[in-house]
Amino acid sequence: MESSLDPAPSLLEVRGISKSFGAVRALQDVDFALRAGEIHALLGENGAGKSTLIKVVTGVFPRDAGIVRLGGEEVAPRSAKAALQAGIATVYQEVNLLPNLSVAQNLFLDRQPMRFGIVREGEMRRRAKTLLTEFGLDLDVAAPLGNYSVAIQHVTAIARAVDLSARVLILDEPTASLDRHEVEILFGVMRQLARRGIGIVFVSHFLDQVYEISDRITVLRNGRLVGERETASLPRLELIRMMLGRELAETTSARAAASELKAREICASFENYGKAGYIAPFNLELRHGEVVGLAGLLGSGRTETARLVFGAERADGGQARVEGASVRLQSPRDGVRQGFGYCPEERKTDGIVAELTVRENIVLALQAKRGLHRPLSRREQDEIANRYVKMLDIRPPDPERPVGLLSGGNQQKVLLARWLATAPRLLVLDEPTRGIDVGAHAEIIRLIRELCDDGLALLVISSELDEIVTYSDRVVVLRDRAHVEELTGEAIDVGNILAAIAADNVAVALEAHT
Amino acid sequence: MKGLPPVLITAIVLVAGFAACAVQFPNIASTRVVGNLLTDNAFLGIVATGMTFVIISGGIDLSVGSVIGFTTVFVALAIEHWGVPPLVAFVAILALSAVFGAAMGAIIHVFDLPPFIVTLAGMFLARGASFLLSTESVPISAPVYSTVSDFALRMPGGGRLTAIAIVMLVIVVGGALLLQLTRFGANVYALGGNRATASLMGVAVGKMTVKIYMLSSLLAGLAGIVFSFYTSAGYSLSAVGVELDSIAAVVIGGTLLTGGQGSVIGTFLGVLIQGMIQTYINFDGTLSSWWTKIATGILLFAFIALQQGLVALARRPAAKPGGAVS
Repeated sequence: MESSLDPAPSLLEVRGISKSFGAVRALQDVDFALRAGEIHALLGENGAGKSTLIKVVTGVFPRDAGIVRLGGEEVAPRSAKAALQAGIATVYQEVNLLPNLSVAQNLFLDRQPMRFGIVREGEMRRRAKTLLTEFGLDLDVAAPLGNYSVAIQHVTAIARAVDLSARVLILDEPTASLDRHEVEILFGVMRQLARRGIGIVFVSHFLDQVYEISDRITVLRNGRLVGERETASLPRLELIRMMLGRELAETTSARAAASELKAREICASFENYGKAGYIAPFNLELRHGEVVGLAGLLGSGRTETARLVFGAERADGGQARVEGASVRLQSPRDGVRQGFGYCPEERKTDGIVAELTVRENIVLALQAKRGLHRPLSRREQDEIANRYVKMLDIRPPDPERPVGLLSGGNQQKVLLARWLATAPRLLVLDEPTRGIDVGAHAEIIRLIRELCDDGLALLVISSELDEIVTYSDRVVVLRDRAHVEELTGEAIDVGNILAAIAADNVAVALEAHT
Repeated sequence: MKGLPPVLITAIVLVAGFAACAVQFPNIASTRVVGNLLTDNAFLGIVATGMTFVIISGGIDLSVGSVIGFTTVFVALAIEHWGVPPLVAFVAILALSAVFGAAMGAIIHVFDLPPFIVTLAGMFLARGASFLLSTESVPISAPVYSTVSDFALRMPGGGRLTAIAIVMLVIVVGGALLLQLTRFGANVYALGGNRATASLMGVAVGKMTVKIYMLSSLLAGLAGIVFSFYTSAGYSLSAVGVELDSIAAVVIGGTLLTGGQGSVIGTFLGVLIQGMIQTYINFDGTLSSWWTKIATGILLFAFIALQQGLVALARRPAAKPGGAVS
């Protein structure tokens, strides 16, 4: 056995886990090993399978294949509660405690010290106080938990989990809503627990924090294991490559020559456009017949840029122009009026209306643009729907089918059709290929190119660098909520994008380690 | 920290209201009036105590008024027509009510249905069943009724604390202790805070739901018995709308309708406020008794607005750093 050669025996061992949701393979043959007393970062972009892996290990989702061993013994919890009893505790970004109860009640709910059927409130508070002191907190434990900051609620959740004799602690994005000082408190607690021999899984997309706190790193991408490394010996560039890049083989693309670009007319331009605390001011020009790609890590400001451009978020400074005329984009309505379209990332929640038919979904935006007083006749609707079903090759080619029954790729096409029906001049696509099978990927990419050749201006966000490289005429690279680099022509390749994403991070990492 | 807790505001409203009444009608400030007030509202106090548990747990129980009505008819018929000893009749109806509540709780949990709908069905069911038993008012003339009705503790100042008022006070105190001091009580708050989270934290949500609705119906049954002593009769149309009166008392008492916060003591104060308004109208003599409803309506509005204000305040990031030791 391979595991018997392992120098430090694993506390939690996951082997060959697979999980599918319908036709989508969320996890494929994933291995993961956590040693006692280590802090192990689990990394990957959105949709890489981190959350699914956690939920499968803790029994929230049943697994299709694979085994989980805790301390050498096979475990198969069927619920989060059973996992907790087995010794695997999870603390999510959304704290799973009750803000209306006191801190002490939260720590001891359902296991309060009792005497004659009465909760010993004094004893419970004393114990709560002692427990929290171990974690460096001195609180009024009789006060409602909701009175305290999220960081304190997190630590309370951890304290409860650890006190329930957890051996494995999974922290899912625990620092996302914490400020620097609070992160320090949390990290102090994590280090202390690791010294006690508890194994900690740390899920985060803050790479600085990962380098600061973790001993080892496991990277997932598209539901598969990319690799497991020692943090100290993994350069940041290499880590980002693991998270984003596929084969780094150069993809040939049908890009227009740089000289040709200048000649094209500007569709929309943004000068010093930004919003404090949301995204730093940026300059962006979008030309007819051109695809601009937005690249960067999760949380780097890609979606924020898109929302500002569309008007879904208000800028607090800068100037927007459409076809040379200055415009105000204060709401999505303004965006639509200017001839912009936006396909958001969360197709299911922000985009399609699953219960409505393909036809109804397609005419939705056009009808909204015309206003309620000028309804589209059924004949017009059928005509539009049939045209786009044919044009985009939506399958099955039945406009009366509820969209919820279509595959991800075809849902995406319906969304595209919805905006195309409004004859937009600019279309913003946020992760158009997310959650779509490989065949449909290529088709969506082909569509993007075709639309562009028809004179549409496109702004496309994607985590798939290969794809961005394939269809983009220009690539804007974002980091830490700011536009940091713009690549054009020959300069567009995966290596350059990675370098631009990593550049500053390396400097920060060096700073942090000295 | 966040201003006055709602229950304190209720207490202030009660004291201020009572003082205002006493200024206009000095006779109100006597143990005699207070004793009557407690007797008149004994059944409401009991049923509202149960409602407090239900609402704090995030639910609602619309069936309680009908359960009271059914109980009075059942008890009257059992004693007067079926020849059942009163005590046996009481035990039987309490058991029946408890089973009825437990069944509603089980349906709510197992089929994941909104409590509003399930208890609404329970309301029609119990009211319909009481009509089935009898559509007439059935007077009760059992000796135990006159004995109990005559019993009262003399209070200084000539007031009488009747047996049913005592029962109500015992239930209120017992309910408050159950809610504040036991694991059951903590779980009720936990359920109202967030069902899913409570379940993740180990609370047996299903069992708790059954127990909470069982408690509410049991207390409604008891309130029905008390009501039969109060009127010495059983009538299928009695206590119509009492579920709404008791919800009003709970809300005026500072319990959040969305669950998670509240107290039995607050509910008791809410019952007293409604009783006080009724008393004022009786003293005035010229006002229609419907003014009670109008005043209660205004108070309800005020308290719900107040709660929304408090909730909005609490939602603001009032983050206290809470000092770190190390």
